[in-house]
Amino acid sequence: MSSAVEQLEGLTAQEYKYGFVTDIDQETLPPGLTEDTVRFISAKKEEPEWLLDWRLKAFRHWQGMTEPTWPNVSYPKIDYQSISYYAAPKSADDKPKSLDEVDPELLATYEKLGIPLEERAVLAGVAVDAVFDSVSVATTFREKLADAGVIFMSISEAVREHPELVRKYLGSVVPPSDNFFAALNSAVFSDGSFVFIPKGVTCPMELSTYFRINAMNTGQFERTLIVAEDDSYVSYLEGCTAPMRDENQLHAAVVELVALENARIKYSTVQNWYPGDKDGNGGIYNFVTKRGACRGKRSKISWTQVETGSAITWKYPSCILIGDGSVGEFYSVAVTNNHQQADTGTKMIHIGQNTTSTIVSKGISAGVSNNSYRGLVKIMPKAEGARNFSQCDSMLMGDRCGAHTFPYLEVRNKTAQVEHEATTSKIGEDQIFYLNQRGIETEDAVSMIVNGFCKEVFRELPMEFAVEAQKLLGVSLEGSVG
Amino acid sequence: MLQVRNLHVSIEGQKILRGIDLDVQPGTVHAVMGPNGSGKSTLASVLAGRDGYEIEEGSVTFEGQDLLDMDPEIRAREGVFLAFQYPVEVPGVTTMYFMREAINAVRKHRGQAELSAGEFLKLAREKINPLGMEADMLKRAINEGFSGGEKKRSEIFQMAMLEPKLAVLDETDSGLDIDALKIVADGVNSLRSADRSFVVITHYQRLLNYIVPDYVHVLSDGRIELSGDKNLALELESRGYGWINDEVVPQAAAGV
Repeated sequence: MSSAVEQLEGLTAQEYKYGFVTDIDQETLPPGLTEDTVRFISAKKEEPEWLLDWRLKAFRHWQGMTEPTWPNVSYPKIDYQSISYYAAPKSADDKPKSLDEVDPELLATYEKLGIPLEERAVLAGVAVDAVFDSVSVATTFREKLADAGVIFMSISEAVREHPELVRKYLGSVVPPSDNFFAALNSAVFSDGSFVFIPKGVTCPMELSTYFRINAMNTGQFERTLIVAEDDSYVSYLEGCTAPMRDENQLHAAVVELVALENARIKYSTVQNWYPGDKDGNGGIYNFVTKRGACRGKRSKISWTQVETGSAITWKYPSCILIGDGSVGEFYSVAVTNNHQQADTGTKMIHIGQNTTSTIVSKGISAGVSNNSYRGLVKIMPKAEGARNFSQCDSMLMGDRCGAHTFPYLEVRNKTAQVEHEATTSKIGEDQIFYLNQRGIETEDAVSMIVNGFCKEVFRELPMEFAVEAQKLLGVSLEGSVG
Repeated sequence: MLQVRNLHVSIEGQKILRGIDLDVQPGTVHAVMGPNGSGKSTLASVLAGRDGYEIEEGSVTFEGQDLLDMDPEIRAREGVFLAFQYPVEVPGVTTMYFMREAINAVRKHRGQAELSAGEFLKLAREKINPLGMEADMLKRAINEGFSGGEKKRSEIFQMAMLEPKLAVLDETDSGLDIDALKIVADGVNSLRSADRSFVVITHYQRLLNYIVPDYVHVLSDGRIELSGDKNLALELESRGYGWINDEVVPQAAAGV
């Protein structure tokens, strides 16, 4: 191995910067999963009968399912009975009415992450629905949103305040029986966000939620539902990071998006769950089902993700393009380092006429990690004039990591146009030397090259998020950048 | 400014340089010529600090400091510039961003204030126009989709921006047509000054019609076999490199 490769690996093998544990008393359910667990969660949340039934149905379905084995990842068998399915900060019963009432230690946690909540909320005009473990503890800007008619609240609250909307759309994009992890989530989901943008409304601000796992052995099962009515627009930002710990943590979220006629939903994620240490111990298992349905004509759903964390990522944000002329987009940067494994990509299902989809995937592998792109483009018989463009680029850092591309294509309409481009490159020692020779040090050179490689994705992110994403990439790969 | 003493270099066990001695005084232009495989590019790479070369023996001193002991970026900041024979592409990184980072890294090292975006742009426009390039080039990714001539002109532009003390030009003339060659040579000549030196590595004498050297060295099989003034280049042009191996080397070996 040349010394440049060693140097690269030295740079990439740095410690997770955000590793710490906040000491907050948890009201935690003992490990185990039975019908009683599901009933406990539902009762704890004072849910209506229909939702308990929905959960129980999902649970019974899940019991008959097996974990998928097709992803290009390996991990020890998960004992679902050893996981605790509910944890909430103790103060949950008397929830704070404003940020002043939020547990200061909790706010300090966000500070350490570089996410000063109030500053962010006030200065940036971003409404934040912060999820700390399983219960929402702070919601801001609700009034301003309410004036516009936008509903943005935790899903538990939405179940109480807008049961008819939740009931109408929950599970309508990702049915409880969809897959093993979606079924599990449906049975035990703890909390999450609900967004409803009424007809003709452009959401007056970017919506943002920060997730954070902070309880030993507690799986986190978020549920997000976003509905955009005719001619509406919303940009939703999701970002997360988790503290250092030794045991693997299961994270099985479900995100459902519904876009009606002419509606546009932009969903951006920066994911930085704890990836495990450099020897592969610990780290989050991130098994997520994200799917959007473009139900209306000319509707558009755009997924942008920057995935730098988790020990294992299994995630395929997808679009079902039902409305004629609807548009699906997927822009992704997935970074794996040390022992991380990622199997991620998208599915674009073209059902309506003249539907178009764009896929831009950038995979970066370092250390001894494995990074797979898995994407399906499916053109159904009635999708006259459907078009897809896919571009999948992989970058390898060092010579012990892997990059894989699994594109699947199913075209059942001969008027369809489908293009696929794929490249794999090694981060060039020549490139690094070239930048070195102009006075730029190696860490900065690597950061520059990687950020250049990801540029097409970063420019899809909201400005503020793009900066954060570049920083995260820096932290994931170099250590000192950011 | 630069003293190379008895430099022996190998790549993966294969000896490339077998005892180079070279003295470069401030304000001088040295041409290093030689046939393919004689070690010209290796010399350039070793001066710039590229990885993968083993220094078996000898020393390189730059302004009194041990050059070989410095990382490549430190050498650059100290004022060593290499115009690459094959400039690499860096997709997605604009030349503007790259040069601004570079110039500020160099300025910081020299204890100068960093350039603001406005100051940088003004300087860049000043330096780019004489090279027959538009400022639009700054917005393009580094060397991406550049023609051969554009790449070489971009190298000269970067040199003009960074104002090195010692510029090593590695076959900058290769692949250039005569018009581009003149532009590049003009760019180099405009940078000649009493405190800046050049080592111009070339296979052909042609470039030296435009960048007139003070000294010409002939590299053959890892050694400088012959040194002279600009007339040596002309002699090589008419007699070819074979002459060196056929006459000069045997004579040197025989102690003539």
